Amino acid sequence: MNGFAYLRPGSVQEAVEAFAGHPGAHYLAGGTNLVDLMKLGVTRPATLIDVGRLPLGTVEELPDGSLRVGATVRNSDLAADPRVRDRYPVLSQALLAGASGQLRNAATTGGNLLQRTRCPYFQDLGKPCNKREPGTGCGARQGVHRDHAVLGHSEHCVATHPSDMAVALAALDAQVELYGTDGARRVPVDDFYRLPGEHPERDTWIRPGELITGVLLPAATAGVPSAYRKARDRASYAFALASVAVVLRVADGVVDQVGIAFGALAHRPWRARHAELALLGAPAGPAAFEGAVALELAHAEPLRDNAYKVPLARNLALDVLNRLAPAPATAA
Amino acid sequence: MTGTNLGAPAERREGRQKVTGAARYAAEYTLPGRAHAWPVPAAVPRGRVTAVDTSAALALPGVLAVLTPGDAPRLAEPEDGTLAVLQDPDVPHRGWCVALAVAETLETARAAARAVRVTYDRKPHHADFTEADPDAYEPDEAGGQAGRVERGDPEAAYAAAGVRVDVTYRVPPLHNHPMEPHASTAHWDGDRLTVYTSSQGGTAVRSVLAQLFGLDEEGITVVAEHVGGGFGSKGTPRPDVVLAAMAARHTGRPVTLALPRRYLPDVVGHRAPTVQRLRLGADPDGRLTALLHEVTTHTSRVKEFVEYAAVPSRVMYATPALRSAHRVLPLDVPSPSWMRAPGEAPGMYALESAVDELAGVLGTDPVELRIRNEPDREPASGKPFSSRHLAECLREGARRFGWAERDPRPGARREGPFLLGTGVAAATYPVQVAPSTASAQALPDGTFTVRINAADIGTGARTVLAQVAADALGVPLDRVRTEVGRSDLPPAPLAGGSMGTASWGWAVHEACAELACRLAGHTGPLPVEGIEVRADTAGKADADSPYARHAFGAQFAEVAVDTVTGETRVRRLLGVFAAGHILNARTARSQFTGAMTMGLGMALTEHSTLDAVFGDFAEPDLAAYHVPAHADVPDIEADWLDEDDPHLNPMGSKGIGEIGIVGTAAAVGNAVHHATGIRFRELPLTPDRVLTALLSEG
Repeated sequence: MNGFAYLRPGSVQEAVEAFAGHPGAHYLAGGTNLVDLMKLGVTRPATLIDVGRLPLGTVEELPDGSLRVGATVRNSDLAADPRVRDRYPVLSQALLAGASGQLRNAATTGGNLLQRTRCPYFQDLGKPCNKREPGTGCGARQGVHRDHAVLGHSEHCVATHPSDMAVALAALDAQVELYGTDGARRVPVDDFYRLPGEHPERDTWIRPGELITGVLLPAATAGVPSAYRKARDRASYAFALASVAVVLRVADGVVDQVGIAFGALAHRPWRARHAELALLGAPAGPAAFEGAVALELAHAEPLRDNAYKVPLARNLALDVLNRLAPAPATAA
Repeated sequence: MTGTNLGAPAERREGRQKVTGAARYAAEYTLPGRAHAWPVPAAVPRGRVTAVDTSAALALPGVLAVLTPGDAPRLAEPEDGTLAVLQDPDVPHRGWCVALAVAETLETARAAARAVRVTYDRKPHHADFTEADPDAYEPDEAGGQAGRVERGDPEAAYAAAGVRVDVTYRVPPLHNHPMEPHASTAHWDGDRLTVYTSSQGGTAVRSVLAQLFGLDEEGITVVAEHVGGGFGSKGTPRPDVVLAAMAARHTGRPVTLALPRRYLPDVVGHRAPTVQRLRLGADPDGRLTALLHEVTTHTSRVKEFVEYAAVPSRVMYATPALRSAHRVLPLDVPSPSWMRAPGEAPGMYALESAVDELAGVLGTDPVELRIRNEPDREPASGKPFSSRHLAECLREGARRFGWAERDPRPGARREGPFLLGTGVAAATYPVQVAPSTASAQALPDGTFTVRINAADIGTGARTVLAQVAADALGVPLDRVRTEVGRSDLPPAPLAGGSMGTASWGWAVHEACAELACRLAGHTGPLPVEGIEVRADTAGKADADSPYARHAFGAQFAEVAVDTVTGETRVRRLLGVFAAGHILNARTARSQFTGAMTMGLGMALTEHSTLDAVFGDFAEPDLAAYHVPAHADVPDIEADWLDEDDPHLNPMGSKGIGEIGIVGTAAAVGNAVHHATGIRFRELPLTPDRVLTALLSEG
C-alpha cells in the first residue's frame, strides 16, 4: 500500500515543527474529506500529522464580545452551541445544511474550511484536472458542469468550493487564525480563499505548514439578524446548487450593516461586495435588494449548462434579505 | 391447519443477524490466505491496450500478481460479452477492466492497481446519444419480446383522431446502486471452485462459470447467502465473479474482489436513457383510437440490450390502433442492463404522463379517463386477463387520497412560496414465472426443512418460502426451516423479473404438499434421516397460459414546488396495488414502499450524466448520484386489494418486487404539472430545470 507516517503532536508548536520536518506532510483532523482523497489517490501524503486531538476543541468568549472557535470543534457541536445559535444563527444554519449527521459529528471547523472541491474531474485520476495536476487541462469546462462556477472562474478551473460553513463565516466577517513557523496571524475568511486564476491547485492563501488554530467570530456581527439558505437536489445530504448567507441590520428603515456571501457559485465563498456597497445606507426593501443583487450577479459568466445558478442565487438572496428586513412601520 | 401462515406479517428471519452484523456477505468470507483484488479501469473511451507495465506494481511489498489481457487465464467465449474480461486488448468503453492487481491486503491491491502503467492506442469514440442518429436501428427483440408490435393502422388512426397528443419524454441513464457493491470471493481446491458472490441468482452464476472455465457444474459451489440488494444489476453474473475466479486460479489463493463503488457505474450496468415519443388519438369522449409509443435508446458495442420501454403500451389501454416500437443506438459506452422494472419503469413514466396530458386536453379527470379506456382483453395479444383490477386500484386510491376534493385547474393551489399539486398514474408489471426445483424434508422431531437455491436479496424470500411451506404442510411457521443461497441446494431461477417468490414458492408448495400426503400415509415414527420429497415444476411453471397475466396498481402523489428555488419535494405518496394474494404483509409493504421511493428518486433526484467527451458517467459515487434521503420521503403508504386469481400458481400470487417503481415518476410529474401548470418532459425534476421553466413560463 501507499505507506505514510503518522504523528500525533501534543501541541500546536509541535505540530508545525513536525510539518516543517516532514516533507510531504498533511495535517489530519476529522478526516472526512482527506481520507477519501487518499483512497482516491488524489492526495498522497508522506506523513499525516494528526491535529484532531490538540487542545483546540472549545468555543470561548473573548472580552471584546467576540467568540473564538477552536479549530477542532466539531461541526455538530458548533452548530448546537447556544451562543452560536443565538448570536450567529447563519452559522448554525449553514452547518446544519451541510453533509449528514454522521459527517458533522466527525468534521472539524478547520477541516471544513480546507475541504477540497467535489468536482468529479478533480476526483478522477483518469481525467484531466488543473487543480489536481496542474497543466493537464480542465475536464469540466466542456464536460459535465451543471454544478460548477458562474463567478470568478478561469480558463483553468471552474470548480466550486463545497463548504456551507465557510459561506456563513464570509458573511460574518469571521477571521481565520493561523499558526506557522513565522508565528500567528489572522486572515479574514474572505481573504483566505483564492480564485483559481492561473493556479487552481491552490485553494487558499494559507502558507505551507501553517495550521488553522481557530476561527474568530467578531463582536461586530454578533446578534445582528442573519440567515442561511441553500438549494439542493435532495432535501438532505447534498452539496449546494447555490446558497446564500446574509447578515443584515436595518435601522430606521435604512440598511445599517450588511454582509452577503454566496456559496456554490465560485471557487471560494463569494462575498457580494457590490451588492453590499449598494445597500449600505439605502432604504431596506424589495426594490433596493433586487437592484443590489442584480448588480452583483451581473458579473456572472455562466458555462454552457449552469446558467440556472444566476436566477437561483438571486432568488435565494432576495428571499433571505426580505425575510431579515423588518417590515416597514405602518404610518399611524 | 394454521390458515394464517400465508399473508401473515411474519418477521424477516435473518433480521437479527443483519442488524447485529452477524450476516456474512460475499466479501466477508475471510478464508485462510485470502488475498484481495482491485481492478484497473480503462482510462480511454475506446481503443486498444498496447502495453501494460506492471513492474512498479509488482515491486510493491505484498503484491501477488497483476493480471493483464496478455497473461490472464483464458476463458471460453461467454454469451454475455461483458464477462470476457482480460481476454483481449480491446477497450470498448472507459472503465472496462484492463488489468487486475492482487495483493495481500485491500490497500496494497489498490496501490498496486494505481501503479500499473497502461499504454493505449486511443481510437475515436462516439458516446453522444441523440435520437436522430442514423446508426440507430430497430432490434428484432426488446426484453425477450418482439421489438415492434402493430395493430390496425396506427398512423392513419392517429391522423384521423379528433383529439390528439404528440409528446416526447426523456429519461436519463440511471444506476441501480445496491447498498452492497458487487463482490465475490473465489477459492479453488484443485479443479473444484467455490465462490461466495453477491448475486440475484446463484444457479446461473454456476452455469456461466462452468462454461467459462470449462468445468462441470458439479465442480462448482456458489454461495450467495445474504445479498445487499441488486435491483437487477446482479441478475446475471457480473465481471467481479469471473475476475475473482481468474485471480484465485492465477495466484493459487482465495481472492476477494469487491468492486469499488466508483467503478460500478461503468461495469455492472445501468438503465439506458430513453427518448419516447407518444402519440395518443382519442374521440371526444376520451376513448383512445390510436396509441403510438416509439422508443429510442442506446446500447454498448459489447452487447445489445434494449430498454423495452414501449412494451407496457401493449398491455394498458383499449385501442383499435397500436404501435409499440423500439430503436437502439450502439455507442462506445458502458453496457446497459436491467434496472428495477426495466421497460415498465421508464415506459410507464412516458405513457402515463401522456395520458395525463390527454386528460388535460379533454378536460376529463385523469382517473376517469383511465377507467374509460380499460380493455376487455390485452390489446396486443387479444388474450383475456387472468385478473385485472386497475380500475378498483384507481378508485380505492382516489378515495383514500381525497382525490374527489381536488381542484383540477393547474397552478391553483398556493401556500406561501409553494405551488401544490396532486397527480395520479397507473402501474403495471407482468407476471413471470420460471421452473424451479425444491425439496422438503420432515424430521423425526416434528420440524421441517425446505431447501432451494433461491436468493434472498433483502426481499424476505427465506421468510415467505417458510410461510408457503408451513401453509402447504399445515404446520406452524416456527417448525419450518428454510435453506437458500447455495448451489448445492435444489436449483432455482433468479430473484428477478418479480418472479422469485412465484417460481420458488410453486416448487416449495409442490414439495410440501407431496410431503404432507406422504406423512398422512405414514405410520409410526419417522426414520432418523426423515422423509424428503423433491419437486420440479418444469412443464408447469413454464407452460403457456391462455391468459394475459399482469399485476396492476395506482400511484398518487402530492408535491410542493418551491417557487424561490425550483426545489420540488413530495409530500405524500400512496400506492394501491392488485397483485394476487399478498404472501407476507410486512415484507410486501417494504417492497412496495421501497420501490416507490426508488420511483420518487427517478422523478426528482436520480440521474447519471453520460459524459460524451470521456465516455463514462459523471456521478460515480453516492455523494453525486442522489438516491432519495430520508428527508425526501416524508409520508409514503402502500396498500393492496387482495385478488383471487386461479390462473397463477398454487399461492395465487403475482410478483411485487418491481411494480412499486412503475408509475411513481409519472404520478409525481403529473403532480408537478398540476402544481405549476408547466409540463416537464425530461427527468429528473431537479431545481435547475424547474426554476428555469418557472421563470420562463411563469
